[in-house]
Amino acid sequence: MTIAVLLKQVPDTTAKIAVSGGRVDQASVAKWSTSPYDEYALEYALQLKEAGAGDLVAITCGPDRAAKMLTDAAAVGVDSMLHVVADTTEMDSKQIQSILAAAIKHCGADVILCGKQAADTNSGSTGPGIASIIDAACVGMVSEVLVEGDSFSALRASSSGNERVSVSRPCLFAFDKASTELRRPNVKGIMMAKRKVIETVSAMDLGVDMGESQVIIESHDSPPEKPPGQKFEGVDSVQTVVLKLREEANVI
Amino acid sequence: MEITIIAETSGEGIHPVTEQLVGAASSLGGEITVLCPGGRGSDDASVISGVSKVISLQGDCFSSFDSGSWSTVMAPFSKGMVIASSSPTGRELGAQIASKIGVPIVQDVTGIEPDNKVTRSVYSGKVVETSSLPSPCVVTLRQNAFEGASGGGSAEVVVVDNSSEVSVSVREAIAKAGERMDVSDAEIVISGGRGMGDPSNFSHLNEVADVIGAAVGASRAAVDSWDEIPHSMQVGQTGKTVNPTLYIAVGISGAIQHLAGMRSSKYIVAINKDPDAPIFGVADYGIVATWEEALPVLKEELSKL
Ligand SMILES: Cc1cc2nc3c(=O)[nH]c(=O)nc-3n(C[C@H](O)[C@H](O)[C@H](O)COP(=O)(O)OP(=O)(O)OC[C@H]3O[C@@H](n4cnc5c(N)ncnc54)[C@H](O)[C@@H]3O)c2cc1C
Ligand SMILES: Nc1ncnc2c1ncn2[C@@H]1O[C@H](COP(=O)(O)O)[C@@H](O)[C@H]1O
Repeated sequence: MTIAVLLKQVPDTTAKIAVSGGRVDQASVAKWSTSPYDEYALEYALQLKEAGAGDLVAITCGPDRAAKMLTDAAAVGVDSMLHVVADTTEMDSKQIQSILAAAIKHCGADVILCGKQAADTNSGSTGPGIASIIDAACVGMVSEVLVEGDSFSALRASSSGNERVSVSRPCLFAFDKASTELRRPNVKGIMMAKRKVIETVSAMDLGVDMGESQVIIESHDSPPEKPPGQKFEGVDSVQTVVLKLREEANVI
Repeated sequence: MEITIIAETSGEGIHPVTEQLVGAASSLGGEITVLCPGGRGSDDASVISGVSKVISLQGDCFSSFDSGSWSTVMAPFSKGMVIASSSPTGRELGAQIASKIGVPIVQDVTGIEPDNKVTRSVYSGKVVETSSLPSPCVVTLRQNAFEGASGGGSAEVVVVDNSSEVSVSVREAIAKAGERMDVSDAEIVISGGRGMGDPSNFSHLNEVADVIGAAVGASRAAVDSWDEIPHSMQVGQTGKTVNPTLYIAVGISGAIQHLAGMRSSKYIVAINKDPDAPIFGVADYGIVATWEEALPVLKEELSKL
């Protein structure tokens, strides 16, 4: 029985993102981190492993630099790591899903944890798409998962608050922010992780023919500068501002 | 081109964002079919102007959310360009439908043109991406980014009773705890400062927050002055950094340390009685008034939306 956690390396949310030549300038990103929601997926994957639900493999698809993120995951207790080396920046949803689904099959995992959306794509397509490909039950917006005998119980957000749901293997959980503390590696963990070997493969090694991206990125641009602020005197202006928030700003 | 819209529902009816999905679809031109999971909102959908057909999906699987079984039933009806809302359920369902019909999905689109060119924001709003989509494909649209279609339509409603095996079973519904949303997670934050005068006056901020689903924050002066205002609410250099689409600062002067935590908010509204308060320097919309005058009107105006 194997549990897989999908980790994506993204620019740290505090990092400045520069655009050059119509594309995000990857080389100028000062700091790379594990995508924030994936950290919660990792924490719960570790808890499932500790509760005896299976061995834990961390999977990523990304360039060479993403290996460091896998080593960090090993330092907190991941048993094995699979790195599919590829540049994901121009991939469409079908391509990345077919690679990761193949990677999951390669590891023999039937319980998958991932983030609800990555901090670079801001999409939320990958988890549910993979669940469909591998025919696994899909639970999104998850903030907790527990093993209960042969099945799993998860807490997910619903329109009226939260709901507790249960699913059996094969299943996939896409994580929202959870209230749990994230664990930090200790010295022993870091030393052990250095000795662990990352299995490194290509999409071709996994037998994936991903074809061409069907979504063509035309350009990346920095968001337009904000117009200078508008100031109004007196309480009568509240109505005007609410109208502007709706019609100019589109935020309510 | 055929367009299939996945209705966003709310309770037993339709969510207003569905009208925006139809509005966006109408600007593209084409035959619009609306799928109503569980049949919810079918009648509402049939009167949205521009809709040609409504398919009311009645299967048992629609009694609770399971994107796997829902998409299994919906995929065969999802033709041409498939459009859903970029709500959490819309994204999950859209991604499963895309995968089942073998097309790519692009989420949270804020602009769409007839040649399938779309814009969306990536890298947490730091970059705008423009891309070209194939036909067919699935897109989810950001709420309030598109003009809603009006009423007055009269589409035929076709009832389909298909179901699919449910693999996610709901055991217990847990109502929202009384506890408020964390400021770092919220799309809208309304914060109060020392100008609120007394911690009990934060109830006025709570009332506005309830109307628009906002989280309530505070300046450090408020947190330091009043035990009732916990540090977890503090926004700023030594508090939380927030990045909501809308930040409303009430009775906050706008010290540099406060700005450090909220200046990247997409839109900032300031309510302050002092026309020279520095907060007006970063506000998109400033209102020079006391909160005592402004908040009741604000609540009323927002309730009307
Ligand atoms: C190292 C350091 C770190 C700090 N970190 C933070 C931080 O993380 N967050 C933070 O917020 N501050 C921080 N500060 C404190 C910061 O410098 C300010 O003191 C603080 O932000 C002021 O809070 P305020 O705006 O609520 O209060 P004030 O500056 O007292 O402003 C109150 C405002 O309310 C207005 N007002 C009064 N009555 C009304 C009314 N009836 N209706 C409408 N408006 C009214 C006034 O015109 C005034 O503008 C930090 C300071 C230091 C030195
Ligand atoms: N290249 C990748 N490598 C590993 N996991 C990924 C990758 N892309 C996406 N994921 C996982 O899928 C989640 C959602 O990504 P997205 O659909 O891009 O928003 C992320 O939070 C990750 O858990």
